[in-house]
Amino acid sequence: MLAVMRRDLLLAMRRKTEVLTALFFFVIVTSLFPLGIGPETALLRKIAPGVLWVGALLSTMLGLQRMFAADHADGTLEQMLLSPTPLGLLVSGKNMAHWLVSGLPLVLLAPLLGVQFDLDAGSLGVLTLGLLLGTPVLSLVGGIGAALTLGVRGGGVLLSLLVLPLYIPTLIFGAGAVQAHSSGLGATGHLSLLAALLVMALFFAPWATTAALRIALE
Amino acid sequence: MSEIVINNRMGMSQGVIHWFKFASPSSFYPLAGKMQPWFWALAAVFGIAGLWISFFVAPTDATQGEGYRIIFVHVPASWLSMFIYMVMATWAGIGLALNARLSGMMAQALAPTGALMAFLSLWTGAFWGKPMWGTWWVWDARLTSELILFFLYLGFIALQAAIDDPRRADKAGAILALVGVVNVPIIYFSVKWWNTLHQGSSVSMTRAPSMAQTMLWGMLLMALAFWMYSVAMALKRVRTIILEREAHTDWVRKLAEVSE
Repeated sequence: MLAVMRRDLLLAMRRKTEVLTALFFFVIVTSLFPLGIGPETALLRKIAPGVLWVGALLSTMLGLQRMFAADHADGTLEQMLLSPTPLGLLVSGKNMAHWLVSGLPLVLLAPLLGVQFDLDAGSLGVLTLGLLLGTPVLSLVGGIGAALTLGVRGGGVLLSLLVLPLYIPTLIFGAGAVQAHSSGLGATGHLSLLAALLVMALFFAPWATTAALRIALE
Repeated sequence: MSEIVINNRMGMSQGVIHWFKFASPSSFYPLAGKMQPWFWALAAVFGIAGLWISFFVAPTDATQGEGYRIIFVHVPASWLSMFIYMVMATWAGIGLALNARLSGMMAQALAPTGALMAFLSLWTGAFWGKPMWGTWWVWDARLTSELILFFLYLGFIALQAAIDDPRRADKAGAILALVGVVNVPIIYFSVKWWNTLHQGSSVSMTRAPSMAQTMLWGMLLMALAFWMYSVAMALKRVRTIILEREAHTDWVRKLAEVSE
């Protein structure tokens, strides 16, 4: 598992543009909203969590197709299927690499973008913590979609149609945590639900992804 | 080959209906053809009775006037849209577990009807909402989760359409349907809690708890009519899918409607 993760990370580091594209996409999308809506701070503070989360959702989508496509093309995936290590573990490794490449940078960058939206320190903390818990879910659930659309016509657009509805709970709890915090309700409930989603996804998603990969490689 | 195996098995258990026999497309095709007119007839009978009750017998609602009568279409469509997704996922699960071809075909045949029901439910909901609440759309928990259900149907149909190999399409669709079924309750509750936190609108979806008896009857009859229609439609569609996929086999070439 760790070997697969290291290998994927190394490959991603060798092709920095792809990683950076997703990251800058996130930055640009979130900066477009104030331009479209207007610079009133009260309004921006209100929409900030939603905008940042939707931006995170979309920019994780960008990298999803790459999770298995290259390995499928050069036959590595078939070798993984044959290897004595359970495929589920290898898939978890790939998921984790995807998160480290496309999720973690978002988490680190989010406080900076949150400042642009005039969020206070407490909200920033909740936002970052929420993203830290939520973005792995996006990678894990997205992996199922990536495996299902492997080698399929129009896979990219199809992938977003399949995966985005499944992202809705994460979006709701993630953005809701910040809103609950700023309205004085406390974010613990939302964050615990996000953590519950993460645990469920960690357990079940690699399993579904494995099943989908086996079908794709039949 | 599977047909031979099944016929042998049939020989062993004479006198007992061997249900697995109908898991083979060649024996299910004529059965579906025989069942289909019955379901159409039931749909028509229930539909006429339901429409008669809902238009002529059911009283005018005290608060909502005549406009409430759209629930006779709206509620059955919503029920069916959820029910069909469960049935579809069940067939998908059976198909994955037993590796039966027909299950995948059934799931594929049900999806468009389910999507139609979800769309109908959203559309009639909008028509109902406009005169009652003065707005076409509210971000209410039920409306939103119905919309997401519609998206899930579209994803399923799109995935099946995009994969050329029908067996792979069935299995991939099955996994998606099962993942969707796990997610439906999560989505429903997340949307519900999201809505209660945001609660800004004064519109309430709750109806008066006591409904006139005749209204309930009208709704149930319409629900039965929709249900029978869905079964008939799924059977019709599955027959077409069987013909399309089994076009290379001998039994299809020997069919009267094909050789004509």
